[in-house]
Amino acid sequence: MTATTSADNLVIENLDKSFTAKSGDVVALQGIDLNIRKGEFICIVGSSGCGKSTLLRIIAGLENGYSGEVRIGDRKINGPGLDRGMVFQEHRLIPWLTVEQNVGFGLNGLENGRRDTIISEHLELVGLTSFAKALPHQLSGGMAQRVSIARALVNNPQLLLLDEPFGALDAFTRIQMQQEVLRIWEMERTTMLLVTHDIDEAIFLGDRVVIMSSRPGTVKKIIPVHLPRPRDRSCYDFVQIRKEIYAEFFAEAERPFAYAI
Amino acid sequence: MSEAIQKFKHLIQYISLSIVILVVWQALSQSGFINQLLLPSPLRIALTFRDLLKSGELLHHIGVSILRVLAGFGIAAVLGLGLGVSIGLSRTLDRVTDLIIQVVKPIPPIAWIPLAILWFGIGEQSKIYIIFLGAFFPVIINTIDGIRQTDHKFVEVARILAVPRLRFVRQVVLPGALPAIMTGLRVGLMVAWMCVVAAELIAASSGIGYLIMDARQLSQSDVVLVGMITIGVIGKVMDSLIKRLEQRLISWKVSYVGN
Repeated sequence: MTATTSADNLVIENLDKSFTAKSGDVVALQGIDLNIRKGEFICIVGSSGCGKSTLLRIIAGLENGYSGEVRIGDRKINGPGLDRGMVFQEHRLIPWLTVEQNVGFGLNGLENGRRDTIISEHLELVGLTSFAKALPHQLSGGMAQRVSIARALVNNPQLLLLDEPFGALDAFTRIQMQQEVLRIWEMERTTMLLVTHDIDEAIFLGDRVVIMSSRPGTVKKIIPVHLPRPRDRSCYDFVQIRKEIYAEFFAEAERPFAYAI
Repeated sequence: MSEAIQKFKHLIQYISLSIVILVVWQALSQSGFINQLLLPSPLRIALTFRDLLKSGELLHHIGVSILRVLAGFGIAAVLGLGLGVSIGLSRTLDRVTDLIIQVVKPIPPIAWIPLAILWFGIGEQSKIYIIFLGAFFPVIINTIDGIRQTDHKFVEVARILAVPRLRFVRQVVLPGALPAIMTGLRVGLMVAWMCVVAAELIAASSGIGYLIMDARQLSQSDVVLVGMITIGVIGKVMDSLIKRLEQRLISWKVSYVGN
């Protein structure tokens, strides 16, 4: 893999971030270096508290007060921008707006016809055209999360940040949503940066899996996944990668999941 | 069918306590336990109610009182909402106005009566002013609170999507504050309704409060009670109307209804 120096790469260099707490400063991220190519699908795994969500929020422009560099091409990130979309763990749909109003929430200054077209295109993309007039509380968790993906994509961001987007969903819905996101990625070719604590999810989706360690949050290892899609979660290579990632998190002695396969 | 039975059952539950109280009250009155001069029987009150209704006297007083409430509450609602939204959206304005609001708020409207009479005389204006004062604070306080409760998660979503502030306020902040605003309006209307009586007790020649005060001087305790019960019933009807409006406006909210 040769790292291209395309103008649209997301480059993170020597990123440090700490929070001030009562008991003193807590280092959330330390010396993060990442180079993400345009159109790449990157998954970040780590245990809770490793700062992976903070990393995503910094890239989104929601956190400031960090040192180091975060830029897309030559543009340094210093606040939110329409070149980056974000999907949160909770769908964060506005309860009194209909599905189509929620999807159109991020559309500014368009004439109505164009606006409606974009909204219906994106509802179609996530397969929810018939729910356009529904209110969020009438949707299932998976459907609500699809609406929030559609909302994040309306401005055609180059980079979509997904912060444990399927963490609150049941196992079946989660697998469906993973396939859905993969389909959207293949259609839109948006660069995807997905944070998860589900190792299988990371291997299933990512071109590369970034493993983070906790306290302070650092990049421990980056594992490329050279498997054709759609990926078979039980094939030999998949299992080998899973073993490799497990080994990063758990000591050699206790690897219970290796037997379960 | 079973749903109709269920509804009927709920209606019975709803009115049962009131009926029990009326029956016991009537029984105690007839058996001579209660002095009719101090507390007339329900039947006696009903007859007086009928007489006052027939003569048109009661309706006249109700009409006068309601008009006063509408005027005072209307001014309070407009000012309370306008100022509440402005203060809710501006930290600076909040800091500037907070002390004065917090200090003036606990002063009961009745305590304003002497000044109100000095400033506005004993005509309509002083009563409307008292009612306004009563209704204003619940409306403004709840409006500010409602706006302050805007979910930070939606603020982040709006930042990421670069939603302009004005549209954010219109689509997120105000609808989100609506439940609190409606509560403020409801409480404000109730307080306004209580204040009209208080204002009329002091100096008036018409209105429900006047009816009660006038009857007191003539020791007509039945008329006093007709006035009191009328106030209660009208208050309840007003509250129900606003509640219904609230449910229509806030249909997206699925709230706890008890079991």
